Amino acid sequence: MSSMLAADVNVAQNVGFYIIAAIMVFGALRVVSGRNVVHTALWLVVVLGGVAAQYLLAAAEFVAISQVMVYIGAVMVLFLFGIMLTRATIGEESDLNNKNWSIGIPVSLLLAGTLVWVIVDQYRGEVLASPDEPMSTTAISDVFLREGLVPFLALSFVLLAAAIGAIVLARKD
Amino acid sequence: MYAVNFLILAAVLFSIGVFGVIARRNAVMVLMSIELILNSVNLNLIAFAMMNNSPEGHVFALYVIAVAAAEVGVGLAMVLMIYRNRRSIALDELSVMKG
Amino acid sequence: MLGATLSSGWFLENAWLIPLIPAIGFVFIILFGKKMPQNGSEIGIVSIGISLAISIGATFQWIDRVNSASGGSDYASGGFFGAFRAIFPTAADGGYGASFVEPVVRSWTWWQSGGLEFGLGQHIDGLAIMLLLLVTFISFLVQIYSTEYVSGDRRYTHFFASLTLFSAGMLVMVLAENMLQLILGWEIMGLCSFMLIGHWWEEEANSRAALKAFFTVRVGDVGLLVGTAIIFFGANDWAVEHGSNGFSIRGISAWALSGEASQSVLFWGGVALFIASIGKSGQFPLHTWLPDAMAGPTPVSSLLHSSTMVVAGVFLVARLYPVFFVGFDILDTTVNFITIIGGITIIVAAALAFVQDDIKKVLAYSTVSQLGYMMLGLGVGAWLPAVFHIFTHAFFKCALFLGAGSISHSGSHHSFDMKKDMGGLAKKMPITAATWMVSTAALCGIPFFSGFFSKDEIIDNASHNGYQFFYYVALVGAFMTPAYMTRATYLTFFGKPRGAAAGEHHDEGHDDAHGAAHADHDDHHDDAHDDHGAHDDHGAHHGPHESPWRITAPLIVLSILAIGSGYLNAPAFGTHYFTDWVEPVGVEVALDDEYGHSSGEEESAGIVFAAVQAGDEEYDGKAKGCGFADPSEGTVCYAPKLSHAVFSWSKAMPSIILVFAGILFSAWVCMGIYGDRRNPFAGLTSKFAPARWIHTLLVNKYYLDHLYEKVIVFAFAHPIARAAYWVNQNILDAIVNNVGRGGRRTGEWVYRNVDQRVVDGAVNASGLAASEGGHALQPVQSGKVNQYGALLFGAATVGAIVLILVNI
Repeated sequence: MSSMLAADVNVAQNVGFYIIAAIMVFGALRVVSGRNVVHTALWLVVVLGGVAAQYLLAAAEFVAISQVMVYIGAVMVLFLFGIMLTRATIGEESDLNNKNWSIGIPVSLLLAGTLVWVIVDQYRGEVLASPDEPMSTTAISDVFLREGLVPFLALSFVLLAAAIGAIVLARKD
Repeated sequence: MYAVNFLILAAVLFSIGVFGVIARRNAVMVLMSIELILNSVNLNLIAFAMMNNSPEGHVFALYVIAVAAAEVGVGLAMVLMIYRNRRSIALDELSVMKG
Repeated sequence: MLGATLSSGWFLENAWLIPLIPAIGFVFIILFGKKMPQNGSEIGIVSIGISLAISIGATFQWIDRVNSASGGSDYASGGFFGAFRAIFPTAADGGYGASFVEPVVRSWTWWQSGGLEFGLGQHIDGLAIMLLLLVTFISFLVQIYSTEYVSGDRRYTHFFASLTLFSAGMLVMVLAENMLQLILGWEIMGLCSFMLIGHWWEEEANSRAALKAFFTVRVGDVGLLVGTAIIFFGANDWAVEHGSNGFSIRGISAWALSGEASQSVLFWGGVALFIASIGKSGQFPLHTWLPDAMAGPTPVSSLLHSSTMVVAGVFLVARLYPVFFVGFDILDTTVNFITIIGGITIIVAAALAFVQDDIKKVLAYSTVSQLGYMMLGLGVGAWLPAVFHIFTHAFFKCALFLGAGSISHSGSHHSFDMKKDMGGLAKKMPITAATWMVSTAALCGIPFFSGFFSKDEIIDNASHNGYQFFYYVALVGAFMTPAYMTRATYLTFFGKPRGAAAGEHHDEGHDDAHGAAHADHDDHHDDAHDDHGAHDDHGAHHGPHESPWRITAPLIVLSILAIGSGYLNAPAFGTHYFTDWVEPVGVEVALDDEYGHSSGEEESAGIVFAAVQAGDEEYDGKAKGCGFADPSEGTVCYAPKLSHAVFSWSKAMPSIILVFAGILFSAWVCMGIYGDRRNPFAGLTSKFAPARWIHTLLVNKYYLDHLYEKVIVFAFAHPIARAAYWVNQNILDAIVNNVGRGGRRTGEWVYRNVDQRVVDGAVNASGLAASEGGHALQPVQSGKVNQYGALLFGAATVGAIVLILVNI
């Protein structure tokens, strides 16, 4: 076992990663296979929280905090509202899947197989150096407000348009 | 940490999300599956940022988060509108676009 | 000549104000227009007027600058009047632009992204100055004209807002220092043309015409984006190395002539850019939007067709001429893409003009045909004559359109149908008729009118540069132009008044056709066909009459220019001011060692160099020079070195003869086709001085035949008269009618087969193919989102696997 580990691989970090990853994969499977709509939404919270935890492991603190605030704070609340407003049954539902849902299995297996094969083929044995300190917010904001200023402004317009569009679409009249 | 860790986790999440998009009948659940896909992409971006030790990947991940928020807002508004008009959000009943 | 300091001045340095002021005017019209006493039109006129004043100032200072470069004497600080004094003697003595005149380039950073800097600025050279003056001048006249023409319109304020922004868009494009600014102006114009053509959108045909114009031009716009991208990626490295960038027009020009540019990049970039020109300038396959654009108000057609919009495509080619020059290898071939398109356009559009009954459509096809001449000129290497043709064409075509508007406004009760509602208007509307005649003469290329000096130069240079086939094509066009214009003139101003021109617009069919429009108009004060706003006022005195001064004044000014503008560059009289002032001189220019950064408030505008000209004294047109050999070390070229054909009357003879032949032939045919049902006493032609020499012996003879037929045959039924009548009907008329019919049929055949069948057929066929393909794929379109998702991801995966396997 130790021969496979490169010298600077942090074992504790790896162990943490595998535990969180296992929880995430399990949660994701529950999201796409669960029979209770509200439960699947709660499993999605678990997956998104796991993603945030992985960001912390990858020294991306700012993104991790944004992930928690935007996804778990806002997006999930929206989802729960959406589930409530569309009068989903509380409890199990039998027809949450399509009639021919099974074609999803070969497609996603094929996709996963291809991706994993390519990734392993390319990055096998490559070790990510653990950064000494997390990526500073200053660095991120420098990119945001310098090279990335135009996309940033464009994104602001996208959000504005989405807000207006959502109101227009959902308004009763 | 190995680079493949993050990338394989992202690939698995992505495939699960794709399965959800294909299999699910309820529109809200399809939107949730899309969130899975977007998050797997973000994981990749962060992993590559770590690989190159540069902030650009983080910036792109933040872009994706913002776009995802916008997408959920509009998507759920559409779902609500469909629900109001049809009393159902089952996607296989929405086949007006049938050729 | 070394070290000659170029003069400059406030107007030249601040020419960027010219588009800015109308743009600001547009905002003010939108915000406050409706509250103004004149509903916003005064803001438009004032803003364009200020721009016109700046343009005039800049023009004088530019001329001063050119003179200071070639003369090297004390004109530098001449100022306004000094410039005026300096213009004429120096330009005549200096000979063909002996030395390089550095354009006035300024640029500011607009935004930057990823290390790329996008600038806004001005690039003032002779071409830009010429068009700035032209656009502001024509816009100014058109706005004055519009205050009368669209008065009382429901969207009067919006009309002026769009008109002002439209001019601003063209000016932005003309000034453009880089390709992005050019695209900006180009798109502003596209948007405004959509708004203006669809100004009366309540009628479905109008909004459809607006959409057609917009979408057709958009097809070409794809070419502009692609071409800009191709050129950018080709030019950027070289240009950055030389202190510029791949968007800068100077950088691109210098790169194209540097000899380091790849021929295929230039070729494909040129093709893509030329496709944009085809769309904007209504060249052959995409010309169909132009006649439909006549749905807009007449002042719009006039502005669109004379100095803006359609000229934009020609301007693009002229502006980036080095790209086309090298990319299409213009002086070493006898046929290239530009000349093919230009040549086809000349003939096809001119043939179409024969079968139109709508006076504005005749003019529209005529514009298309003339744009074909400009393109042909650029294609054969006659840069200056082509640009000069833009200049002269703007005046007389604008006058023609405004004249057509004047006729419909006051003469034919808002109808544009020459056959139904016009005829014999020359007596009723003398000013309109006279200005129309002068402009028509200029368009036809009759000697001593402006069109002759520009068009004949294009034709002459086609042969001079070895494009012998296109020389003949252009000659055929020179025959057709006067022919269809004579027909239109005859139908409009001569013969017996018909329909509304005879004052009968309140009864019979005409009223039915417009009944709905009238009702509409009463309800919400709106105009369905043309402006009826002022109609109730002048409806009181029925029948055709001359238009008010706000319409005739621009007409008179323009028709004077339709004669006078030609003498700026009349080789027959030894004048070549236009050449001196406008043509960029194709000489090698030494790069400044410190290129890149002249300190101060302005950013570096691209390649900056000392105003020093590298050695190259001979300018005989045959020597090696820019565009033929790579520039020597440390120098760059901005324009290819072009030679001019030397004018001689003997070379001009074929086209002159063809012009007169066209006029006479067409007049003869028109008499036969349109004249035979008419009262011979309505022979206005013989009384109307400017037209008398057009309609010669044959005309009068024909009227005699008619007098004979109507009066004697009908009144006395004399056997001899009968015999003469028989001869007349069966022999003379048969000849006349058959000739006429043959011409008409050819035109119709071209319209039906080429225009409708080939062009439309291609469109329909592609539609059909798509439709059949759609049917074949119909089962896949289940309408189920999930299934689409499965197909999407499945296909993507399979595609990825294929890519992986290929790359293994």
